[in-house]
Amino acid sequence: MFTSRIIGAALAISLASALAFAQSREISVGTPVSPQELAKYFAVQPGGAGLPSGRGTRDKGRELYVERCAHCHGEKLEGIHEAAGPALIGGRGTLTSDKPLQTVESYWPYASTLYDYIWRAMPFDNPGSLTTDEVYSLVSYILNEGNVIKSEELDAESLSKVVMPNVDNFYQSLGPDLRIYRSSDVKGGGK
Amino acid sequence: MSKGESKDIQSQDTEAEPCPCKEGMTPDAIDPVRRKFLFSAVAATTVGAMAPSVSVAANKKAVTPGAVEYDVADDPTKVMGRALHEDSGYGTRSQFETEIRTKADNPSDITSWTFTPLAATLGNLTPSGLHFERHHGGIPTIDPSRHELIVHGLVDTAKKFTLSELKSLPSITRKYFIECSGNTLGEWAKPTGKSVQITHGLLSTSEWTGVPFATLARHVGLKENAAWVLAEGADAAVMTRSIPIDKLMSDALIAYGQNGEALRPEQGYPLRLVLPGYEGNTQIKWLRRLQVSDRPFMTKEETSKYSDLMKDGRSKLFTLSMDAKSVITFPSGDMLLPKPGYYEIRGFAWTGRGRIHTVDISLNGGKAWVPAHIDSVPEPMSSVRFSFPWVWDGKPAILQSRCSDDTGYVQPSRAELLPLRGLNSVYHYNAIQSWAVASDGKVTNVHV
Repeated sequence: MFTSRIIGAALAISLASALAFAQSREISVGTPVSPQELAKYFAVQPGGAGLPSGRGTRDKGRELYVERCAHCHGEKLEGIHEAAGPALIGGRGTLTSDKPLQTVESYWPYASTLYDYIWRAMPFDNPGSLTTDEVYSLVSYILNEGNVIKSEELDAESLSKVVMPNVDNFYQSLGPDLRIYRSSDVKGGGK
Repeated sequence: MSKGESKDIQSQDTEAEPCPCKEGMTPDAIDPVRRKFLFSAVAATTVGAMAPSVSVAANKKAVTPGAVEYDVADDPTKVMGRALHEDSGYGTRSQFETEIRTKADNPSDITSWTFTPLAATLGNLTPSGLHFERHHGGIPTIDPSRHELIVHGLVDTAKKFTLSELKSLPSITRKYFIECSGNTLGEWAKPTGKSVQITHGLLSTSEWTGVPFATLARHVGLKENAAWVLAEGADAAVMTRSIPIDKLMSDALIAYGQNGEALRPEQGYPLRLVLPGYEGNTQIKWLRRLQVSDRPFMTKEETSKYSDLMKDGRSKLFTLSMDAKSVITFPSGDMLLPKPGYYEIRGFAWTGRGRIHTVDISLNGGKAWVPAHIDSVPEPMSSVRFSFPWVWDGKPAILQSRCSDDTGYVQPSRAELLPLRGLNSVYHYNAIQSWAVASDGKVTNVHV
């Protein structure tokens, strides 16, 4: 009887631990977040997903640019190397040359990227300080100066329709460089 | 670090660095600390008005970063050593170990990089304090008690996770290299880096500890159309990259540990996304948010940068895996072999697509190859050490290493790589590196 009691106790313990184990698989880690908590985060995608409401103008963008951006990117958006600010416009037709100039105008495939980046990280000396309307204004100014658009106003709808000049010259290349396996492509190779 | 000190380090970049491997194999036998000391002494005699402050500097030897300066006894067996815990419980390296990360010569140190001194590191792991850096908006200081990771988008339940919640989940620990895809970018057209620290120093290997992304995925639930995930950092650049969900579900880690302790601030404290074998920029530091989507986000850092411009003017997006690559770290650029004789050639090999399978050495610029020893255990997406015993006959030689990985990929020569990529693709240069040893023993970076 004493033995069976021990067995019974052992069974109870193993049952309890099995239950505890089964239970632990159901344990949920992390706290659900509300849409309100998520509102301060953003990411804009091609096609306009993630763009905020609001609007901006080229003229307002010019004013903002002179005040907030020109000291790094240059008065003519030509870039200032010493200030670590790259050129924003120019460079069309240079991508196959010895000195390609890769700017928003000549290189960037999507206008959504310009909005997203200015909104999240610019100006460099005061990141994230621009309002959404100010970002629309700056995007309008830069795209107008780069002859990508010819319109004064910009909002979510019109920005999502902007087609960048270089958009067709990008392709996805996730795997290895397959041509490296083809000896016919190799000039003077095989070393 | 004061402004004056950082200027000092920058000036060392441009000087010929002494061989970091072996005593007596240097173009200049004076070590950097002693050279600094001599400079102070000269300054003291020439600038009279500055004499009081400079004489203090002259009496006190410069302190190596990461070390504490102690008096050196003539015979350490005759003087009692220092008591334990004088370091308050966290140790430092020896005052005689002077290797540092060197800075790139960029206009702003807020968006710039430092190079790991590859020729001086011992073994396969990079000391956390020498891990290369690339920051786009400086290094943030983050209180872990206020830091959370949010996972949302195409999930059943958007959630946030505290550090302690993440640490309560089952963790795994693996050794992975991280290489910036801009590593060796100065070598496309002509040899530019004088030393291996500059040519290949955007490579480091650490033991990382963290939670697999797949575990978090179970806690939020992924929708059927989940295909890409945006990873976002909590730095001033609010760095963002899009990662294929397949990669995240296969081996991605939400890492909080590096080499046995918490991540260093420069490496993303308190959380970093570790994507084994992927280009460094995608391994988001100071990770605060993962947004699941059905398509990539085309962020600035994956379109305007970290895209590869080909000869025809078209550009590759999402060249994410690092191709197999190797480099000889001894002898390497800017070193001097004092005389003919026996030397052990040493180096690193790594691949973002699996394990290193073979490493070969050439002593004659690629005309003939012989197998090297692999001195550490090849692990997936980790670096290995290799070596080769070499008796230098005193004649000019061109030393090369070439690796292959277990996918069958062979590290290309420049003659193979350049026709495929042109000269303007910037990223993912992985051609065979050549070091020329001249008859006077000088070692320089050359292209063959």
